[in-house]
Amino acid sequence: MMWKWLHPYANPETSYHFAGKILPWCARLAFAFLTIGITWALLFAPADYQQGDTFRIFYIHVPAAMLSMGIYLGMAIAALSGLVWQLKLADASAAAMAPIGATFTFIALITGSAWGKPMWGTWWIWDARLTSELILLFLYLGVMALHNAFDDKALAGKAAGILALVGVINLPIIKYSVEWWNTLHQGATVSKLGQPSMTADMFWPFLVCFIGFAFLVTALICLRFRTEILNRNSMRPWVRELVTTEVKTHAV
Amino acid sequence: MQFDSISAFIDMGGYGFYVWLSYGVSIFSLALLIFTSISSHKKIKLQITQRIKREEKLRQAAKLQQAQTSNDNSHNI
Amino acid sequence: MNPRRKKRLTIVTSLIIGLGVVAGLVLYALSQNIDLFYKPSEIYNGKEDTGLKAIDGQRLRIGGLVVPGSVHRNSETLHVSFKLADMRMPISFSESDPTVTVTYDGILPDLFREGQGIVANGILVDGSTIKASEVLAKHDENYMPKELADDMGKKHEKPTY
Repeated sequence: MMWKWLHPYANPETSYHFAGKILPWCARLAFAFLTIGITWALLFAPADYQQGDTFRIFYIHVPAAMLSMGIYLGMAIAALSGLVWQLKLADASAAAMAPIGATFTFIALITGSAWGKPMWGTWWIWDARLTSELILLFLYLGVMALHNAFDDKALAGKAAGILALVGVINLPIIKYSVEWWNTLHQGATVSKLGQPSMTADMFWPFLVCFIGFAFLVTALICLRFRTEILNRNSMRPWVRELVTTEVKTHAV
Repeated sequence: MQFDSISAFIDMGGYGFYVWLSYGVSIFSLALLIFTSISSHKKIKLQITQRIKREEKLRQAAKLQQAQTSNDNSHNI
Repeated sequence: MNPRRKKRLTIVTSLIIGLGVVAGLVLYALSQNIDLFYKPSEIYNGKEDTGLKAIDGQRLRIGGLVVPGSVHRNSETLHVSFKLADMRMPISFSESDPTVTVTYDGILPDLFREGQGIVANGILVDGSTIKASEVLAKHDENYMPKELADDMGKKHEKPTY
């Protein structure tokens, strides 16, 4: 049943058009949510009683960190289906996700650093949470390097997929590092079960920002996924036809 | 609104440097990611169009040559 | 070997070496953190799990709560000293808690307050005094607007000694 439903999406042409259809909507929603969310976070959210206005960094730092792990999980699932079922499209989507995940990991690290300096008193400390997040960045960079290292895309997908799967072990380490080790980084605020440890007027702008970033990620995945499909199917008649008609319509 | 004036907003309670560094780097990296994603999409389409054109030219050249050789052949006979 | 294969091999090898180095560094850093991390009571009784005691002149890392009223600052220099007690949730202090004294020359982080959790790196000088080279503030996962904290009677003023 499910395979019947999924089958058309295993076709590169259908997937290309499907991604193209949702891309503009995700982009619009991302723009709307992020405009509202960032304005709310910077101008209207209350400052923390101890950390003052540095707390506003939270609204970028936490969504970026959560998404950096979420994207990795998505990439690993894609890599797994690519390895097991030899789905070329799964490899393409994994390749599309890696640079996006790397960017969000980078943002989480930089914003964390800029928050740690005034509050903790240091830009960086080799604490379990910070170190495991840095490893996540290296894993993303490794996956990207492997995808680009081979001209044979099936081989590249296999190599990158194995690395991505091995790296999954890092995800629970990041998540639970603050509980397993004596870290300087504090525990979870919003992702723990039950009440988030903050008031509603602090939580709502976070939620809006998070949804905005999530839509931005989806839009970017669609865009890069389309590029990967074109790259892997450039000799196919449908791609030739698509590109020639697009050039004509642009010319007119 | 949490701030009384624009200067208070920029100052961020004395933490302006850190807050604006965070937001600045984040926006810059995201803008860069969006820009490279769009430009690589355009680039791949351009590459495919150029290859199609090149192939088209080669095919026409081949056709022309074939026509010429067949002409020559008929002349010889 | 053809150049393409050579390039591929270089990338894969450097990747594996890179990951290996990173993993090694992490394990090293974490073991350093865990081995050298003491609570104030552990300075007197030795580590809870190994019973290992810190010796004078040893480099260590100490974590605990700043005892209220114990912060003394020299008004001319940056020299500051304070007492640390074991971290305990919810935060509370009693007279009988073992405490160690930390001395430090430098600028304290903005979150440094009495009753706040801190982590210090330094050298044990005599049994119960630590000369810190770095003082870091730790905070919990709770955030709260100023007005609410005032209503709840939370102390949050920046120290002005």
